[in-house]
Amino acid sequence: MKEGPYITKQRIDKASLWKGKVLPLAKLDIELSERCNNNCVHCCINLPADDLQAKKKELSTDQIKNILKEAASLGCITVRFTGGEPLLREDFEELYIFARKLGLKVLIFTNATLITEYLACLFAKIPPLEKIEVTVYGMRKISYEGVTRIPGSFEAAWRGISLLLEHKIPFMVKGALLPQNKEEIDEFEKWAANIPWMDKPPSYSMFFDLRCRRDNGKNEAIKSLRITPEEGLKILTRHRERYLKEMKEFCAKFMRPSGDKPFSCGSGRGGGCVDAYGYFQPCLMLRHPDCVYNLRDGSLKDALENFFPKIRKMKSNNPEYLTHCARCFLKGLCEQCPAKSWMEHGTLDTPVEYLCAVAHTQAKFLGLLQEGEKSWEVEGWQQRIREFVEKES
Amino acid sequence: MKAKVSPDMIYAPSENVVAREVQGEFIIIPITSGVGDLEDEIFTLNETGKSIWAKLDGKKALKDVAGELSQEFEAPVEEIEKDCLGLVEELAKRRMLVEVK
Repeated sequence: MKEGPYITKQRIDKASLWKGKVLPLAKLDIELSERCNNNCVHCCINLPADDLQAKKKELSTDQIKNILKEAASLGCITVRFTGGEPLLREDFEELYIFARKLGLKVLIFTNATLITEYLACLFAKIPPLEKIEVTVYGMRKISYEGVTRIPGSFEAAWRGISLLLEHKIPFMVKGALLPQNKEEIDEFEKWAANIPWMDKPPSYSMFFDLRCRRDNGKNEAIKSLRITPEEGLKILTRHRERYLKEMKEFCAKFMRPSGDKPFSCGSGRGGGCVDAYGYFQPCLMLRHPDCVYNLRDGSLKDALENFFPKIRKMKSNNPEYLTHCARCFLKGLCEQCPAKSWMEHGTLDTPVEYLCAVAHTQAKFLGLLQEGEKSWEVEGWQQRIREFVEKES
Repeated sequence: MKAKVSPDMIYAPSENVVAREVQGEFIIIPITSGVGDLEDEIFTLNETGKSIWAKLDGKKALKDVAGELSQEFEAPVEEIEKDCLGLVEELAKRRMLVEVK
């Protein structure tokens, strides 16, 4: 941070401007479309790019602009355009410029296949002020298109990435770890390290989410692509020292039983996600009918002030949840949440066995659990956390 | 390099920035590249900066801005004028303010 007599310059993500204050809406996700021009084997949200029925239901340009205007009026700083593939929308440029002129920073999640020379020039002239996030599905045509199942998508993605590099548009890359590309992980990381804006190794999705809309026909296929908890641990600990350091910091802050309220995460507090059809959700994945608010008949403000707080107060009465997740101190290691429960089981508070196994595997590696122990049965877990956090690497 | 700013000059906010007040903080967000120094930075103005910024309408000379603020804050005009020139210099070099001729 640099100080002048009248002006302070700081990176917004590091800013302490609002320290101690909860902004009504600090960050808003907008899923511009559920459609995607790729057809990835593991994806939880893609509809075909030419799904006209889905396209017809999507919010209009003016409706999205009104949402952006309200977001800015509520103090929103960053809007994330995601999807599906957000660049599929014909009005993407108009929405992007509109958001930027409202003084919003725009974070774009994309596969980069639709980045043209024109769009790259636009991003150079009117920068998003957030690094674009590009998911890369493989380093070779055979692996990439083995995942996306769209011929030509490999060349299109690499053309898009080259344009970002050429025009010096800050971006970062992420991976999705799949049987088609898992042998390329070293090559991917070596390449990613040369991208000027990558300040750490790429992250991966690997414990794949099931379909957000619970169109269960694809769920068995997605489950079959999930790596085992042990394989996941191997990936997570590839950069062992960094992993341990991060885990210590993480454990010091976030490990404790979540109690009988399944919404122990921050979802719906200071943010949320608008889906492609105008429903406002506490988070990107949670589409349970009891948790979505129709913005066509309301406002972001009403949802944030009245609807989300009610949801967050919900208590579980599921005995399985109350005897397991509610008592489990591995909260910080486990991805169990109402959204994951919704995707896996169609409820808000059913334990997700796969996530439980992933968390237990990591906890054993970190020395927080012994072989055969269950986290919800551990007495004196605070001492274990303290010892782990204070232990020399 | 500092822009040469004098009390007779007139300045207005650039069209390439948006000024927003969020939870009591006055922030300036660049819209186009070449404004500010780095693209992932925003700028906040302190109370003095905020009061001066609000008066920069592209019509009044800086000496008149200082005069108005001097009356509002009951402070010596010389001191306020120094603040005005200082702020405008800082923001003009970052292209957040433009001179109106």
